[in-house]
Amino acid sequence: MVRKRNRKGVMMLSCRDVTQLISRSMDTSLPLGKRIGVRIHLLMCKFCERYEKQLLLIRETLRMVVDAEEPPEGASVEVLSEEARERIRKALRNP
Amino acid sequence: MEKPGQIDPADWADRYGDYLFRYAVLRLRDRSAAEDLVQETFLAALKDRGAFSGKSAEGTWLVGILKHKIADHFRRLSREVSLGEDDPPDPAGESVFDASGHWAAGPADWGANPADLFRQKEFLDQFAECLSDLSPNQANAFTLREIEGLGTGEICKVLDVTETNLWVILHRARMLLRRCLEARWFAKETGKGS
Repeated sequence: MVRKRNRKGVMMLSCRDVTQLISRSMDTSLPLGKRIGVRIHLLMCKFCERYEKQLLLIRETLRMVVDAEEPPEGASVEVLSEEARERIRKALRNP
Repeated sequence: MEKPGQIDPADWADRYGDYLFRYAVLRLRDRSAAEDLVQETFLAALKDRGAFSGKSAEGTWLVGILKHKIADHFRRLSREVSLGEDDPPDPAGESVFDASGHWAAGPADWGANPADLFRQKEFLDQFAECLSDLSPNQANAFTLREIEGLGTGEICKVLDVTETNLWVILHRARMLLRRCLEARWFAKETGKGS
């Protein structure tokens, strides 16, 4: 029964289903049946394949932003305002 | 450079202030909240400096404290957002897929790689804009997952949602962000938006 439902699930995945599963696969590992269903769908569906690539591209780009010691050239560099810096200095002197 | 085990609060604001501020503002998207957290972090560190083992560098220790403050901040926020007020039923879905669940208009070809994107200041600006278009719940969940890098179990605790709920929130956030980036950036770049 369960097996039958799984097999049907694999066959019936729509792009809407697959995009949900792609997102979930970025947070947890999918059950084997779903994983296979997604892979098969991606082989046949250019748009979903792109969708997954693009989500991973966004993730990778953000990782580079987070890991970078310095922001990219030309980017606005966020620094403490002088008021905030002074306030913090004072607070540290008289905690 | 920095000797482990040595603590020098007098010049914390100058040495670590900007670094911690950048760290916080990237995650909170709110300059004044970020300033407050930096100050709270220093004060907590000062109070708790006995706990500083000297095993890690001073800066790493301070970031560790800041991370806790950031989680607390999101916890507070999630209590303020009352359930149901957020997240329309299907913000991403209807225009994206047709009735049979297939793409109505599929993703465009971006032809980009992360290193190139990262170098473009505009990309980061557009990304920040797109993130601010999301609902608070979506933006917070996405930030905790993809920028702070927390696992879903941890995020569920911080935002007080179930795992199933979080999957839905993250899925919608990704769907909307991708579409927004495409509209704002890639379509313009390649001149063939959908």
